Amino acid sequence: MKELWRAAFVIARRDFTAVVLSRTFILFLLGPLLPILIGFAFGGLGDKISSTDLRPVVGLALTGQDDAAIQRAHDRLSQRMGEQSLPRLRRVPATPSPRVQLARTDSEVVAILSGSIAHPVLTGKAEDLDKLQGDISLLSTAAQAERTLRFITVERQEVSRSLGAQAQGRLIIGRIAQVVMFFLTILLAGMILSNLVEEKTNKIIEILAAAVPIDAIFLGKLMAMLAMSFVGIAFWGGTAFAIFEAIGGHATRLPTPAVGWPIFLMLAVLYFGMAYTLLGSLFLGIGAQAATVREVQTLNMPITMGQMLIFFFASYAVDHMGSPAEVAACIFPFSSPFAMIARAGQDATLWPHLVALLWQAAFVALIIRVGVLLFRRHVMQSGGRWWKNLFRPATG
Amino acid sequence: MIGDISASSTAAPSAYAVEGHGLVKTFGSFRAVDGIDIQVPAGSIYGVLGPNGAGKTTLLRTLLGIVDPDEGHRTLLGEAQPLRMARAVGYLPEERGLYPSMKSFEAIAFMGALRGLPLHVGRERAKAMLEGHGMGAAIDKPIRQLSKGMAQTVQLFGTIVHEPRLIVLDEPFSGLDAINQEKLEALIRQQARNGVTILFSTHVIAHAERLCERIAIVAGGRIRFEGTPGDARDRLRSQVRLRTRADDGPWRAALPADTVREEDGWHFALPDEGIEPLLRALIDGQAGIENLSIERPGLHDAFVAIAGAAVAKQMVQQDAAEEPA
Repeated sequence: MKELWRAAFVIARRDFTAVVLSRTFILFLLGPLLPILIGFAFGGLGDKISSTDLRPVVGLALTGQDDAAIQRAHDRLSQRMGEQSLPRLRRVPATPSPRVQLARTDSEVVAILSGSIAHPVLTGKAEDLDKLQGDISLLSTAAQAERTLRFITVERQEVSRSLGAQAQGRLIIGRIAQVVMFFLTILLAGMILSNLVEEKTNKIIEILAAAVPIDAIFLGKLMAMLAMSFVGIAFWGGTAFAIFEAIGGHATRLPTPAVGWPIFLMLAVLYFGMAYTLLGSLFLGIGAQAATVREVQTLNMPITMGQMLIFFFASYAVDHMGSPAEVAACIFPFSSPFAMIARAGQDATLWPHLVALLWQAAFVALIIRVGVLLFRRHVMQSGGRWWKNLFRPATG
Repeated sequence: MIGDISASSTAAPSAYAVEGHGLVKTFGSFRAVDGIDIQVPAGSIYGVLGPNGAGKTTLLRTLLGIVDPDEGHRTLLGEAQPLRMARAVGYLPEERGLYPSMKSFEAIAFMGALRGLPLHVGRERAKAMLEGHGMGAAIDKPIRQLSKGMAQTVQLFGTIVHEPRLIVLDEPFSGLDAINQEKLEALIRQQARNGVTILFSTHVIAHAERLCERIAIVAGGRIRFEGTPGDARDRLRSQVRLRTRADDGPWRAALPADTVREEDGWHFALPDEGIEPLLRALIDGQAGIENLSIERPGLHDAFVAIAGAAVAKQMVQQDAAEEPA
């Protein structure tokens, strides 16, 4: 076993330095910043588009008092519910009739509100009325209420601790950890797919296979890519934390996970490592069967879809702690790290994490072994039926 | 599950560095290695000769444990699991492979590290080897910037940097120019002088003739001959070339049945009873001997005869097998 790890370490060191000391690694580190910048740019633009152009405009053909009351109700409701939730309002002349105004080519409103607050009449096409009728009723009711009812203020009763809020906070922490872990895994593990192509196209595999067990090659490659991922995560995490601090964020205000922050972070690292090596070993095994980069590229899409399915399964489980689905997500090896980190956010019990980590590690070993045997069988054209050699020592 | 390999062998020392018995390796229905028995004496230079596609590479890969045989068993330095002896073996595959972005000395050290040599020792040795070979300027160069010959030299150094007891070279001379071939031959002799066993394959007979103490001629996945190059040459009878003044006469009856008339005279294999009876008959028959020479066949002749006959025989067998009943 010692020799296997030694050989794996030699392979890992070569791969790690080859990746980390290359110029492209800088691009790799800066890569995740691009979506953020694009998100800011397009997000701002999108906000502008949705806030200025997309909300329907309703014309107000009301008397002066009713018009003012509707506008005030609109302002109050928009303040509480958000501007996007209500149509925009624009004053239009009382004459000619709404039908005539809407028929004009220069009409800029979707529908026209006439009549009075007590008996509002909304004129427009049926499908527009279907959308707007409820909003206008709400506005009219609020305007009418202003005249007949007083605004009720709520008395505040503060507590220092709320378990409901804590549960909500922990749920959010679990979900965020799950999402972050998933995106890091999908971003980083996919790179392993093409990891053996270099060795195969450059004929290096022959030298490696003659010198060390193929298990060591697989293991070394996984170790190298995991180490490279941790370098990336340390960089991105450090940058994110610096930005968080710079914009005035305080880590102490974040909700505390059930197991506490130190253990939660440690588990996050371990579960990311497991998620990465589970998927990575699978990708390595699949990618090793591919003869060319093109074949690897073709495999990318179905594999990404598979990852998405696993993520949806695990994220469904977050909201259903203790349910059969959540237990299944914790047991199924590929969703287990995602489900378990969410569990760490919500449940303080530690022993299931130890069991889960051992279970996941066993599967990593199993997947590597199957991948190696399939590689020997189909690529090296050696060895018999793969399942017959599954538990034989890795000596060639 | 993921088990152990150890670097040292507990196997008893054997007179043979490499042994294979009844080795069979098939790819689909093609028998690339078809029941081969081979024994490579420790400390010898042993050549596996054969035409292209004879099964030489598959045989070496099987002996090294890169592929497992379908039948038979092999030992490498006395160990049935070849990878257990990885630290004591150097292997230069037929298809050369190096990481293009790696520096020359790093590539050599990496190959040594794969076989257990500490990286810092490998780096020092690599630099010394490259400098000693007049490639000092290439030490820090990435492989992709080297010429093909230089890259091959780097790979060869990577094969021996950990000072193995057994060096296996698959077609080591292919792609090298005459000067580098000469250097490689010298290097092989040097390693052999140090007690290292050298097993190499080639289809260029001249190298084997100059280097090998023993050879195996492989054709159609089988060993057709095994022995010393001298034994191989002895498989063919010496050739006699005779030029006479007279074209015809009673002396012609004394010529062997396989005699061929060519422009420069008569050609035939040396008779089993020797040249003297024939010489006496030629003199008595007044043939007027102008020239008579006896030429011992070279290894090339032996190779062509042995491998060619084997391939021809195999083709006949295949044809017979494919004929409808």
